[in-house]
Amino acid sequence: MPTILSIKNLRKSYKGGFEALKDVSLDIEEGEIIALLGPNGAGKTTLISTICGITMPTSGTVTVAGYDIITGFRAARSMIGLVPQEIALEPFEKVINSVRFSRGLFGKPRMDGVVEDVLKRLSLWDKRNAQILELSGGMKRRVLIAKALAHEPRVLFLDEPTAGVDVELRKDMWGIVEQLRADGVTTVLTTHYIEEAEAIADRVGVINKGEILLVEDKDKLMARMGKKQLEVQLTAQLGAIPDALSAYDLTLGDGGHTLIYSYDTKSERTGITRLLKDVADAGLSLRDVVTRQSSLEDIFVTLVSEKGERDQ
Amino acid sequence: MNRTAIAAIYRNEMARFFRTLAQSFISPVLSASLYFVVFGAAIGSRIDEVEGVSYGAFIVPGLIMLTVMTQAISNASFGIYFPKFIGTFNELLSAPLNFLEIVIGYAGAAATKSMFIGIIILITSFFFVDLQIAHPLAMVVFLVLTCVSFALFGFIIGIWAGNFEQLQLIPLLVITPLVFLGGSFYSISMLPPVWQTISMFNPVVYLISGFRWAFFGVADVPIGLSLLAIGAFTAACLGVVAFIFKTGWRIRQ
Ligand SMILES: Nc1ncnc2c1ncn2[C@@H]1O[C@H](COP(=O)(O)OP(=O)(O)O)[C@@H](O)[C@H]1O
Ligand SMILES: [Mg+2]
Repeated sequence: MPTILSIKNLRKSYKGGFEALKDVSLDIEEGEIIALLGPNGAGKTTLISTICGITMPTSGTVTVAGYDIITGFRAARSMIGLVPQEIALEPFEKVINSVRFSRGLFGKPRMDGVVEDVLKRLSLWDKRNAQILELSGGMKRRVLIAKALAHEPRVLFLDEPTAGVDVELRKDMWGIVEQLRADGVTTVLTTHYIEEAEAIADRVGVINKGEILLVEDKDKLMARMGKKQLEVQLTAQLGAIPDALSAYDLTLGDGGHTLIYSYDTKSERTGITRLLKDVADAGLSLRDVVTRQSSLEDIFVTLVSEKGERDQ
Repeated sequence: MNRTAIAAIYRNEMARFFRTLAQSFISPVLSASLYFVVFGAAIGSRIDEVEGVSYGAFIVPGLIMLTVMTQAISNASFGIYFPKFIGTFNELLSAPLNFLEIVIGYAGAAATKSMFIGIIILITSFFFVDLQIAHPLAMVVFLVLTCVSFALFGFIIGIWAGNFEQLQLIPLLVITPLVFLGGSFYSISMLPPVWQTISMFNPVVYLISGFRWAFFGVADVPIGLSLLAIGAFTAACLGVVAFIFKTGWRIRQ
């Protein structure tokens, strides 16, 4: 897949000198769904705002389908749709007029068919003549998405689209993103919900304190770091790992009441059967056995803390 | 030029104007009518003529100018400040638009609205007084230039303003006094000499005088000076707009 969005050494310092983006480089492929995962204040919104022309980059370059966002801003921006984090809509405007306005703003001629299609896709067609202020929060968010899609963008930015949104709407939104992927639209979404990245992204970028810590294929990331752990809870307390079990990669937990075995879910043999046999042979009796899969959240926490340690 | 976008902004602004027709239309017309009743009929009956024109007719150009100036400023400043306030301004920034196109859309709509209101007041005044327009073309030129330049000025205020107080500040503290002391309801020659001199420093005097000349052929200052004044004011506003365009002042962080 060709690169549609290329970010090179992007820096952004706000007035007052705070550096919200520190040398960010990232290539995004056409048609993919990439999730930028980071805690509040990581710089996700700043990154998106800078790409979309809301804030000025301090240094570095961004190109969209080869067009620089500064020198070729018209071509670059007309390919981008942005769903902002904060709901901002003209309260007295009708839904359909608001969507039409967005399309016009992006220089596209009025085409009622396109607007109708977008509104239907977002389940807003019935509400097309309602004033924005009559809508619920979730509906307003749909209007924001409709506005962002009105000019048929090739890249869609969704800045925390499901923050404060109920489960149903969240699932709906994931469905919309899937459908857009089928149409070839590239989606960049930011989130601090791990499940969201896990559920819909092809790739995941982890961002913290204005730096991209890692970008990786989600499945590979899960495979690489998504180790599974087997916890063998014992009836007796151990002071150390018995010599008979020294061949395994074991640690003691719960004050010696638990043996923790890390294994790779993707490998042919997990070694669980042999381990359990050897545990029994060593004369240890089991109380319970639990397995635990590390989620993206664990991965994220590990990455951020590793980074923090290196900085100190 | 993203003409489609300019048209979208312009239409959107005009739509808001018509949505709030009562506020945007009826109130300036009503207040103008009140001026006619109070100044034209009540007081005017005790003033014979000013410079050979009946007092009721004499105040018409000043009244139109006063309304047009304040309307252009308030429409344009509010028009661009409102999106900043509610956050929809970011959509403008993320659209394939440059600042000039934003200005044309917003200031153009504000100029149009104030011109509408000016024309409505002119029509209203025909019901109250006997009126003839000596130089119709000059009248149109003055009206258009005033609407455009004050809409630009209002737009700049709206970009500059960080809160609603600031939005009201300049119109209230600077424009209203200048406009009222600009000879809307009197001829500068009716003032004592000292105040006549001071009035010459009020740019609005030149505009109202020029506009009145277009109606009656009489003026406080030479018509050339009036044209120069409105030309200079328009140029100054365009200069500030160009500065904002270049630097992104108060636009992009
Ligand atoms: N306009 C601004 N002026 C100064 N600092 C800002 C501004 N906007 C954001 N920041 C700071 O930049 C950092 C990143 O913010 P943001 O991009 O909003 O993070 P995120 O979207 O990941 O939560 C934060 O520390 C925030 O306080
Ligand atoms: Mg954010």
